Amino acid sequence: MTASQIIFYILAAFILGTAILSVTTDKIFRSAIWLLFSLIGIAGLYFWLEVEFIAAVQIVVYVGGIVVLIIFSIFLTQQSGKEMLKPPMVRSIASVLAVLFGFALTYFLIYKNDFKAGDKSFDWSVSKIGNQMLATGENGYALPFEVVSMLLLAAMVGCIVIAIKVPAGASSTETKEQKQGNIENLKDKEIVEGL
Amino acid sequence: MTDIPISNILFVSTALFFIGMYGLFTRRNMITMLMSIELILNSVNINFVVFNKYLYPDKLDGIFFTIFIITIAAAEAAVAIAIIINLYRSHRSIDVETAEEMKY
Amino acid sequence: MNYASYIALIPLLPLAGFVLLGIFGRKYFKNSSGIIGTVLLLVSATLSLYTAYNYFFVDGKVGDSYQTITAIKFTWLSFSENVSIDMGIILDPISVMMLVVVTFVSLMVHIFSLGYMKGEERFPTYYAFLGLFTFSMLGLVVSSNLFQIYMFWELVGVSSYLLIGYYYDKPSAVAASKKAFIVTRFADLGFLVGILILAFYGQTLDFKTLIENLTTQQSSQFLAITTASFVGVSALTWALTLVFIGGAGKSAMFPLHIWLPDAMEGPTPVSALIHAATMVVAGVYLVARLFPLFTITPVSLSIVTVVGIVSAFLAAIIACTQTDIKRVLAYSTMSQIGYMMFALGVSGYGGENGLGYTASMFHLFTHAFFKSLLFLGAGVVIHFIHSNEMKDMGGLRKYLPITNLSFLVACLAIAGIPPFAGFFSKEEILLAAYHSNKIVFGVALFTSGLTAFYMFRLYFSIFWNKQIEVHNHHGEGPFSMKFPLIILAFCSIFAGLIPFGKYVSSDRLPFESHFDPMFSLAPVAFGVIGILLAMWMYKKESEKAERISQSLGGLYKAAYKKFYIDEIYLFITKKIVFNLIGRPAAWIDRNIVDGLMNKIANTTATVSGFIKGMQSGKVQSYAIYFFGGIVALAIVFLYLWK
Repeated sequence: MTASQIIFYILAAFILGTAILSVTTDKIFRSAIWLLFSLIGIAGLYFWLEVEFIAAVQIVVYVGGIVVLIIFSIFLTQQSGKEMLKPPMVRSIASVLAVLFGFALTYFLIYKNDFKAGDKSFDWSVSKIGNQMLATGENGYALPFEVVSMLLLAAMVGCIVIAIKVPAGASSTETKEQKQGNIENLKDKEIVEGL
Repeated sequence: MTDIPISNILFVSTALFFIGMYGLFTRRNMITMLMSIELILNSVNINFVVFNKYLYPDKLDGIFFTIFIITIAAAEAAVAIAIIINLYRSHRSIDVETAEEMKY
Repeated sequence: MNYASYIALIPLLPLAGFVLLGIFGRKYFKNSSGIIGTVLLLVSATLSLYTAYNYFFVDGKVGDSYQTITAIKFTWLSFSENVSIDMGIILDPISVMMLVVVTFVSLMVHIFSLGYMKGEERFPTYYAFLGLFTFSMLGLVVSSNLFQIYMFWELVGVSSYLLIGYYYDKPSAVAASKKAFIVTRFADLGFLVGILILAFYGQTLDFKTLIENLTTQQSSQFLAITTASFVGVSALTWALTLVFIGGAGKSAMFPLHIWLPDAMEGPTPVSALIHAATMVVAGVYLVARLFPLFTITPVSLSIVTVVGIVSAFLAAIIACTQTDIKRVLAYSTMSQIGYMMFALGVSGYGGENGLGYTASMFHLFTHAFFKSLLFLGAGVVIHFIHSNEMKDMGGLRKYLPITNLSFLVACLAIAGIPPFAGFFSKEEILLAAYHSNKIVFGVALFTSGLTAFYMFRLYFSIFWNKQIEVHNHHGEGPFSMKFPLIILAFCSIFAGLIPFGKYVSSDRLPFESHFDPMFSLAPVAFGVIGILLAMWMYKKESEKAERISQSLGGLYKAAYKKFYIDEIYLFITKKIVFNLIGRPAAWIDRNIVDGLMNKIANTTATVSGFIKGMQSGKVQSYAIYFFGGIVALAIVFLYLWK
C-alpha cells in the first residue's frame, strides 16, 4: 500500500460519507455544511490527481460561491432552524432500491470494460490551459469561452429579473411593458405577473 | 496516480452520482434538491478529469470541459435560487409539494 | 304501334298530381286541387282506353294470340348477367284490362270526392294521396319484372296506409291503418322469399323470360327448381306458395283478412277505390300473372282454391250478421275476391280448360264496377245521415232516389241476376268450378245464395224497412256525387255483355264461352231465393230478424263477433310473441349489449383516471419517472437489442 493509495481511499470515504450525510440529514443548515465538506473533499481529490488548477477553481467557485449562495437563500427563506419534512417511507425505500439498481448496472458496465490506458505522459500547466482556451485555431476553445461568457451575462440578468420585487405603486401596464422587453423565459413571466 | 486502477475512481464518481440521485428523489425541500444536483454535477466533473488523465494524457479537453461545467453550474445555481425565492414569495414555503399547480 | 311514346304517361300523370298537390297544394291550390287531380286522371283514363283500343283491336294480335309487348325497358340494377332488375312496362291482355279498370274507377272516385270531401281542411292532401295510390297501382299492373311488382306492391301498401289513416285524429283510424300496413307487410315477407327463390332458380326476374325458363321442360332452370326440395316439397311449390301468401295478405284472404273490415275507417271514396276495386285485387292479379307456373304445380293451385273458397264462404256468413254498412260491404268484397281466387285455382291451362282464368278476370272486371258503385252509394247515404249503422237508417228511398236506383242495380248485379253484369261473370266461375271440383261448386253455389241474401238485407234495411225522420235538407248531394253513380250503374248493367273470352284467356288464344241456360238455372234460383228471404225479413219493419238470430244462438253470436279471429291474433301476439320473444330480446339488449358498452366505457374511464394521476404536478415524481425511463432504455439498448 503506497501512501497515494491510502490517501485516495481516505479521500473517497470522506467524499462519499459527507455526501450521504448531506442527503439524509434532517436539518437544512447541516445539509449545506455537509455539502461544503463534500466539495472540499472533491477538491482534495483533484489535488491528488495533480490537476491543481481545477482544484483551485473548484474551491473558489463551488465552495466559495455556490455554497455561500445556498446558505444565503436558506437565510432568505427563514428555514434555518426548523426540522425538515421527511418523505413518505414508500418513496424512500423505492428510491433506495432504484438507486442501488442503477448503481449496480452502471458499475457493472464500468467493471466489464477495460480501459486502455494512454501511454504518453501527463503534461499540463496553467499557461498551456490559458493558451489553448483562447486559441482560435485547431483545438482552440475560444468559441465556447465566448458563448459561456454570454451565458453568464444572461444568467445574471435573468436572476435579477426573476427575483426582483416590483415596488408597490408602479402601474401594472408600465411594469408589464418593461418586463416584455427583458423577459426571455415564458415561465418567468408567469411567476412575475403572479406577484 | 497510476497505481490506483481507473475503475476505483470511477466507482467513487458513480457512487456520488447515485447519491445525488437519491437526494433528488427523496428530499422535499427545494434547496436541498439543488444541493443534490450540485453533487451530480461534481461527479461528472470527476469523470471528465479522470478520463482525461488516464486515457488521453497528452490532451487537455477534459479539463476544459470541467472548467466550463463549473462555470455553468454556478450560473444555473444562481438562477435556481432566484426561482426558489420567487416561489417562496407566492407559496410562503419551500416545500416542493406545494408547487403542484400544473397537474391534471 | 309505338306505345312507348304515351304509355309511360299513364302512371306518371297521377304521380305528377301527387308531387304537385303534395308540395304546393296546401298553399296554392286549396280549392282547385280536386279539379287538377281529376283532370290529370281524365287524361290518364283516356290514354288507357286508347291503349286498350289499340291493343285489342288494332295490333295486339300476332297470328291468333295476343302478344306480350314490352313497351319500355331499361336496366336499373344488375346483380349478374342474368339476374338484373329492369324497370319496364309490358302490355298483355290482363295488364291492359287492369289499366282500363284502375283508371276508370279512380276517375269516378276523383269526381265523387269533389262533392264528398268538399270543405275538408286537408282537401289537397287527399287528392295528392289519391294520385300516389293511382300511380302505384298502375305501376303494379304494368310491371315487367318480379322485383318491380314488389316495389309497387309496397308503394300501394303505403298509399293505403296514408289513405286509411287520413283522419289521423281518430285513434281508431290510426290503429286501422297500422293494422293494415303491418298485416300486409307480414304477408309480403313470404312474397319476398318467394321472389328470391324464383330469381335464384329461374336466373332471371323478368316475367316473360322467367315463365319461359320455368315452363319448358328441358330448360336447366326447370330441372333445377323441380329437383331442389325442402322438407320433401319442391322448390317451385315453395316459391309459388310463398308468393301466394303475399298475394293473400294484400287480397284479404283468410286468415290474413283481419285488416280489411278495420280499413273502413278511411273516407268512403277511398274504400271504394282501394278496398273494393283495385288494391285488393292485386293478389288475384299476381296469381294470374304467374299463372303458367301455377298450373305446373298442382299443390300450390289447390292451396289457392282452398283459401279462396274458405274466404268466400266465411265472409258471406259474417256479412249476414254485421250492422255497419261499410263492414257488410267489406266482407262482401272479401267474399267476391275469394270467388276470383278459387276460380283461378280450379282453372286449367289452354282453351276450354282455362275457363277459370277467364272467369276470374271477368269477375274482377265486373266486380270493380258494381262494388265501387255500392261503396259510393253507401258514401252518399253516410253523407246524408252522418252515421254508418243500419239501425239509424230506413226508408231512405224517398230522400235519395238516384242512389236507391243505382244501389238496387248494383245489388242485382252482385246477386247474379241476369242480364246484369255479375250474372255472366259468376256463371262462368261456377261453370269452371263444376267441371273441376264438385265440392267447391256446391259451396260456391250456397255462398252465392248467401251473397244475394245479405246484399238485399243491406238494401232493404237502408231504403225500405222503418221510416226515419231526417232533419237536414241538403238533399242527395251535388251533381259531382250523382254523376259517378249513374255512370257506374250503366257499366254494371252492360259490362257483362262483353265476350271476355275473346280477349283474355290463359294461353292468349281467344275462345268462345258457351252460354248454357240449363246450368245457369241453379245459381239464379239460389239468388232469387236469397232475395225473397231478405225481402220477407227486412222489407217491412218486423221482429222476424230478431227471432231468427235468437234461435240460432251461439252460431249467430260467433258470426257476429267475426268468429273471434281478431281475438286469437291478439292473444298470440300479446301473450306468446311479446312475452316469449319480445321481453327476452329487450332484456338482452338492455343488459348485455348496453352493459358491454357501459363496461368498456367504465374500464376506459378507470384506466384514464389512473393515467391521469401520473400528472400530479410533483416534480420529484417526474424525476423518478424520468430516471426509470432512462434505466429501462439503457437495459433495452444494452442487452435486449439484437
